[in-house]
Amino acid sequence: MQAAIAVRNLTKNYAEGVAGTLALRGVDLDAHAAELLMLMGPSGSGKTTLLSIMGCILTATSGSVRIDGTEITSLREKELPAIRLRHIGFVFQGFNLFPTLTAGENVELMLDLKGVSAAAAKRRARELLEQVGLAAKYGAFPADLSGGQKQRVAIARALAGDPAIILADEPTAALDSHTGRNVMEMMSDLAHKRGRAVVIVTHDSRVLDFADRIVRIEDGAIARPSEAEPVPAGLLVHGMGTGAVSFA
Amino acid sequence: MPPLAQRNLFHDKVRLTVTLTGIVFSVVLIVVQLGLFFGFTTATSNLIDHSGADLWITSKNVPYVEQGVAFSERKLNQVRAVPGTADAQKIIAHWTQWKRHDGAEDSVQIVGINVDDSLERPWNLVEGRVEDLKSPDAIILDELYKSKLGVTRVGEVFEIGGHRARVVGFTRGIRSFTTSPYVFTTFKNAQNYTGTREDQTMFILVKVAPGASLEQVRRGLLDHIKDVEVFTTAEFSHMTTFYWMFTTGAGVAVLIAAVLGLVVGFVVVAQTIYATTMDHIREYGTLKAMGAPNSYVYKVIMKQAAISAVIGYALGMIVSGFVVHASQAGGAAILMPPSMAGGMFFVTLLMCVGAALVSINKVTRIDPATVFKG
Repeated sequence: MQAAIAVRNLTKNYAEGVAGTLALRGVDLDAHAAELLMLMGPSGSGKTTLLSIMGCILTATSGSVRIDGTEITSLREKELPAIRLRHIGFVFQGFNLFPTLTAGENVELMLDLKGVSAAAAKRRARELLEQVGLAAKYGAFPADLSGGQKQRVAIARALAGDPAIILADEPTAALDSHTGRNVMEMMSDLAHKRGRAVVIVTHDSRVLDFADRIVRIEDGAIARPSEAEPVPAGLLVHGMGTGAVSFA
Repeated sequence: MPPLAQRNLFHDKVRLTVTLTGIVFSVVLIVVQLGLFFGFTTATSNLIDHSGADLWITSKNVPYVEQGVAFSERKLNQVRAVPGTADAQKIIAHWTQWKRHDGAEDSVQIVGINVDDSLERPWNLVEGRVEDLKSPDAIILDELYKSKLGVTRVGEVFEIGGHRARVVGFTRGIRSFTTSPYVFTTFKNAQNYTGTREDQTMFILVKVAPGASLEQVRRGLLDHIKDVEVFTTAEFSHMTTFYWMFTTGAGVAVLIAAVLGLVVGFVVVAQTIYATTMDHIREYGTLKAMGAPNSYVYKVIMKQAAISAVIGYALGMIVSGFVVHASQAGGAAILMPPSMAGGMFFVTLLMCVGAALVSINKVTRIDPATVFKG
């Protein structure tokens, strides 16, 4: 089966002066449809850099990244927004909603980018907010929503583009444990019920049990498991996914 | 498109107020300075433009109307003999001294005309008639200068150039570019007031016969009359305006002030639009991360600038309207012809859009990866 995202021998070097910083070194990783993949690792390990490159918002220094079979590392920078728009939905730690737009309008904005007419966008935005349990908050501004509600609006917005891939950066970091689990249930449904490839960068050990697979990044590379840091049973930790090492 | 531009603009009322204040200030400043320029330009050539003549005959090397040099009035008959001349009249336009009742003296510009002729008659009379100038020592002046010359009503008697002068009427809005008001009187009186010899005139005004070629008549006049120059009314008007506005530097100063208004407005608007953009820079980063092309983000910023321009222009024109209206009672009229009012809209729009380009430059360089920074 073709991976939704296939990363091969990926390196990223942040060149600053004579001494550059090698943020990623030879990473191989697949993310599949209907799978919830978690990227974990300490701060500065390179997981957000990896997510950014997978999301076509940062370019790699070398290596290959295929999004639904399309090689993106050879694309020009101005071609990347179209790839993001067509294939990827983002969910951010800080929600990144537009504070001057209502919840509904935040979702409509994504649909407008996709070229959906205003009337159809309104209808679709209502449907999406209903799906995340916020039908009544269509006209509410982000400032009037709780953290969990904001993240659900952000998920609805990410879904508005009907992407095959959802990339989330610490989606539960700003939420309490109960709300965080609700959001993770939603992300899990996106993967398992709607067949999306969901990749989540997280530090939050409370949500690890939602993962189909956990990949640990250390010093810019995919790490082998450590005994000192147990990983929930049954999860795969190898970058290539299916058929890799199991910790059962 | 969801109303992102409008919401961003109206969300911060204080910033919106600062932006609009900058635009309104700039619009009013430009309108006032350009209006003064147009007002001055009109005032410099008032006398020529309202003369009703087609050609002006002057002595050699007369640079502008106030600098007329006397020449023999016998040339008038020679002018009338040139084919294509329908009418020709001698006039005097020259500075002299006005003596007020309190003994103070002021400079005035005497305009001596033939009252029975249609050329160079005073216009916009609000009191008295042009024919009243036929009575002895009669003069007509503009009501704007009543206080300056110490005049209160028709019938008052003053002294001009040592000769008696009696006010018989008032005009409205005949401004002089200099501080010396125009005083209309008969040609004969004007000779006395200005000390011009009885057989001399300063200008001869020519009306070309219907169907005659202006250029042919001019050539005929130059061929038949020695030691004079012949200008079309438009040429002489332009010469006079150019002298006052550019040779003296008065017009340049006003134009520079207008350009400064534009620059100040641009800087204020650019600064506020830039600050607004920076306030929302993370949102623009999110937009780009979501897959919005740069053009989409530009559209949002440009829309903000255009909305600011429309509101700022409307408010600016309201304020300018009051200023223009108030200026009509003063010595320096601010004129706002419809073409200028219309042109100001495009100037305002260009100013705001140009200012927004500064912000766009910044947005182009946003790294969409900033969205992942907490």
